[in-house]
Amino acid sequence: MKSNTMDTVELPVGKKKKVETVGIFRKRPKYDEEGNLIYYKKKKLIKNRVNRSAGGDVMMVLFLLIAGVFMAFPMIYAISNSLKPLHELWLFPPNLIVRNPTVANYKDMFTILSNSTVPFTRYLFNTLFITIGATFLRVVSASMAAYPLSKFKFKGRKIINKTITMTLMFAAPAAGLANYLIMSGFGWIDTWLCLLVPALGSSFSLHLIRGFVDQFPDSVLEAARIDGAGEYRIFWSILMPNMKPAWMTLIVFSVKDYWNQGATIYIYREELKSLNYALGQIAAEGVARAGVSMAINVIMMIVPVLTFLITQSNIIETMATSGMKD
Amino acid sequence: MKNNVKSASLKKANRSRAMSLVVFLGPFLLVFFVFTILPVLVSILVSLTNFNMLEMPGFVGLDNYAKLFLNDSVFTTAIQNTMIISVITGPVGYLLCFGFAWLVNEIPPKPRAFMTLLFYAPSLSGGMSAVWALLFSNDSVGYINAWLQEFDIISEPIRWTVDTDYMMPVCIIIILWQSLGTTFLTFIAGLQTVNRSLYEAGAVDGIKNRWQELYFITLPEMRGQLMFGAILAITGAFGVDGIITGIFGFPTQNYALHTIMHHLHDYGNVRYEMGYACAIATLLFLISIIANRVVQFLLDRVGK
Repeated sequence: MKSNTMDTVELPVGKKKKVETVGIFRKRPKYDEEGNLIYYKKKKLIKNRVNRSAGGDVMMVLFLLIAGVFMAFPMIYAISNSLKPLHELWLFPPNLIVRNPTVANYKDMFTILSNSTVPFTRYLFNTLFITIGATFLRVVSASMAAYPLSKFKFKGRKIINKTITMTLMFAAPAAGLANYLIMSGFGWIDTWLCLLVPALGSSFSLHLIRGFVDQFPDSVLEAARIDGAGEYRIFWSILMPNMKPAWMTLIVFSVKDYWNQGATIYIYREELKSLNYALGQIAAEGVARAGVSMAINVIMMIVPVLTFLITQSNIIETMATSGMKD
Repeated sequence: MKNNVKSASLKKANRSRAMSLVVFLGPFLLVFFVFTILPVLVSILVSLTNFNMLEMPGFVGLDNYAKLFLNDSVFTTAIQNTMIISVITGPVGYLLCFGFAWLVNEIPPKPRAFMTLLFYAPSLSGGMSAVWALLFSNDSVGYINAWLQEFDIISEPIRWTVDTDYMMPVCIIIILWQSLGTTFLTFIAGLQTVNRSLYEAGAVDGIKNRWQELYFITLPEMRGQLMFGAILAITGAFGVDGIITGIFGFPTQNYALHTIMHHLHDYGNVRYEMGYACAIATLLFLISIIANRVVQFLLDRVGK
């Protein structure tokens, strides 16, 4: 391969592989005869993949766009309607996008909430407390249990792991009634223990974290042990920082579950009920509340969507290890 | 002497390791047993009694089950509805999850992140029943009715949430709308971990298009994620109730959308006939395990 023409240039060793990716383009550096960088040549990334036809790509993007519109429609509709003044809400035929946006519905929501028998801040506190508390318990307990279940050798490990995997296959809500019986046996009904304690034993959470710990190299743990680190120290200083994507993912799923939790069979007292329940009661008052209930839907959506946005890359990394192993 | 010291410290290390095992595993296992394993056993036991929270329970054998299958026409309806909903929303939702994950994975990273959020947002938002209730409102105030009337497709508003002809399709659309949940994320992650060099090797070995690539390389490579996704889809489909109650009320008109979970709720938390309700729960456990086993068996054969 020796040639001195302008377009095939011998590259200095080591610079040949330097290819950067920018958006859908791959930047290929071009060098002159002495190996200095002249310019970047952009090359489309998608075209580089094997077994892809241009027609197929176009169809695919079109289909994704249409599906995206269908998925986004109810949410756009909720946001738009929450901004509509009253007369625009009952326009016939209805228009999808608001013409004269107003925040009146959001103001009304706060007025209604501050006039309720149990103050709005109490519902908000309840939901925040349960969401944060239960999420914390889930993460800590699942991470702690995942470490020995994945890395220790002890009798019964296999059977415990298999049982946990088995329970993923139950339709979990069916256990609700028996849980009610057990909790009333403990005298926990109508207290927060009903919501917080079960968070310690979530098999879904354990499964997620366990899959991630399985990938963690044993050699690192062994090296730490030889250096004299105890198991607690290994767990806290080595494993937990490295499992960040896993517990961030768990936080997103958990926040989604607890934040959206409405009425439960375990809680009767009004002052212990959740924000979602309280807001649902307003929406249930009928069509006169249509604008306000849209505002509620928008408000309730913000927290889970934000947590997801912040942690998206972690989630993908974690779910990659969530597969079932035989 | 040196040996002795070594074995003594080793023993100490082993003992502290055993201690740490208890500390790490104890809380999880205890709660897992009490609130996940015990409920199954309690359900089975109580299902053999006539427990009603007030009187001492008496043993009635399989009477509850006999009554469920022979004397309870609402339960038969509930089984039918649950089966229709899960046979449609389970597999279709699962395929949607995979299809969209596959398509989203084909596009470049930045739009991919955006599309992922867009598709996942419905299941993050917890149902948005108020939006659906207004879209499918029974009078001409409802947006769907208004538009259909505007374009002269119908003359009278359709009573979406109480007309038994329309309730099931509407319910299925709404469930499918928010079916791109955890399963969807699992699949995207699975697709991203498939070794890229396998595709190039496959192209050399004679794989001609993206469909062959999908069946012979991608699917077998992500079998673990496919199974996990299937479990989530099945348990989700059998446990459906809240979203129906939010939009169609409880009980639904003519029991047209009465599911097994609704029946369980009706007898357990409304009538307090715990024995009977626990028989329903036990059956639901059984059905979901059988469905999972069947699906796992089928998935095991993909790409082989």
